[in-house]
Amino acid sequence: MSEAVRLSYDVSADDFTHAGEASGAIKRTLKKLGIDMEIVRRVSIAVYEGEINMVIHANGGVIEAEISPTCIEIWLKDKGPGIKDIDLAMQEGYSTARDHIRALGFGAGMGLPNIKKYTDDMKIDTEIGVGTTVYMKVNFT
Amino acid sequence: MLVSDVQKILDAECICCENLIDTEINSACGSDMMSDVLAYVKDQSVLLTGLVNPQVVRTAEMMDMPCVVFVRGKKPDETIVALAKDRGIVLMSTPHRMFTACGLLYQNGLKGGCG
Ligand SMILES: Nc1ncnc2c1ncn2[C@@H]1O[C@H](COP(=O)(O)OP(=O)(O)O)[C@@H](O)[C@H]1O
Ligand SMILES: [Mg+2]
Repeated sequence: MSEAVRLSYDVSADDFTHAGEASGAIKRTLKKLGIDMEIVRRVSIAVYEGEINMVIHANGGVIEAEISPTCIEIWLKDKGPGIKDIDLAMQEGYSTARDHIRALGFGAGMGLPNIKKYTDDMKIDTEIGVGTTVYMKVNFT
Repeated sequence: MLVSDVQKILDAECICCENLIDTEINSACGSDMMSDVLAYVKDQSVLLTGLVNPQVVRTAEMMDMPCVVFVRGKKPDETIVALAKDRGIVLMSTPHRMFTACGLLYQNGLKGGCG
């Protein structure tokens, strides 16, 4: 792999059935490229948590990924409500998800902490009423 | 332990991917909160859950879990089964409740995968 691989996926709002399609596709691409299983798993979980957040907290959006020989970088961009207090949102157990989301198995407040845990770099760029971009990077070595 | 052993121990009905029941299992995780499952990575785990929706299969997919067991006799719908078939994940349904199902597996030597 000499050139970077670029991927882009649309994520629909409130489509709980298809949430995870983009993460699954990214996972399969990394597997095909022969990336270490443990690293593939870390990336998959992090993107999946981010994708679920786009569906349940924002109004869907776009996931863009760039795979180079040394790392994968991912941008999850939504036009949702934005995050008021990032430090609070990053705390384990903090969630604004309501009961109907919790009944679906999410809303434990572990998503953003999980992303932090499984990636080498993570940044949240957010503006109230405009949207949020979650950036993450995982190194291959 | 093999996925086929899990099936026997839990008196479970195999719903799909029966051809993959010879897969090795090293640990198990019982939860209805998918983010809790996603917080703990262990190799070759079986997921026991009372939750029935496509995200259960996707969680197993992301975690490389070869098998999902639905407790209390719950059965997934066609969309869920189709997804599991595509991803090569064995789905089973056991009549036991969560606590009993986990206890039976633990008693038979399977250890926890959730932290
Ligand atoms: N893309 C997003 N847009 C708006 N708010 C978000 C987004 N992602 C996360 N949040 C906020 O941060 C909180 C914590 O997120 P997370 O750790 O994933 O937990 P959970 O999704 O279980 O609530 C959410 O409850 C929500 O308030
Ligand atoms: Mg979340």
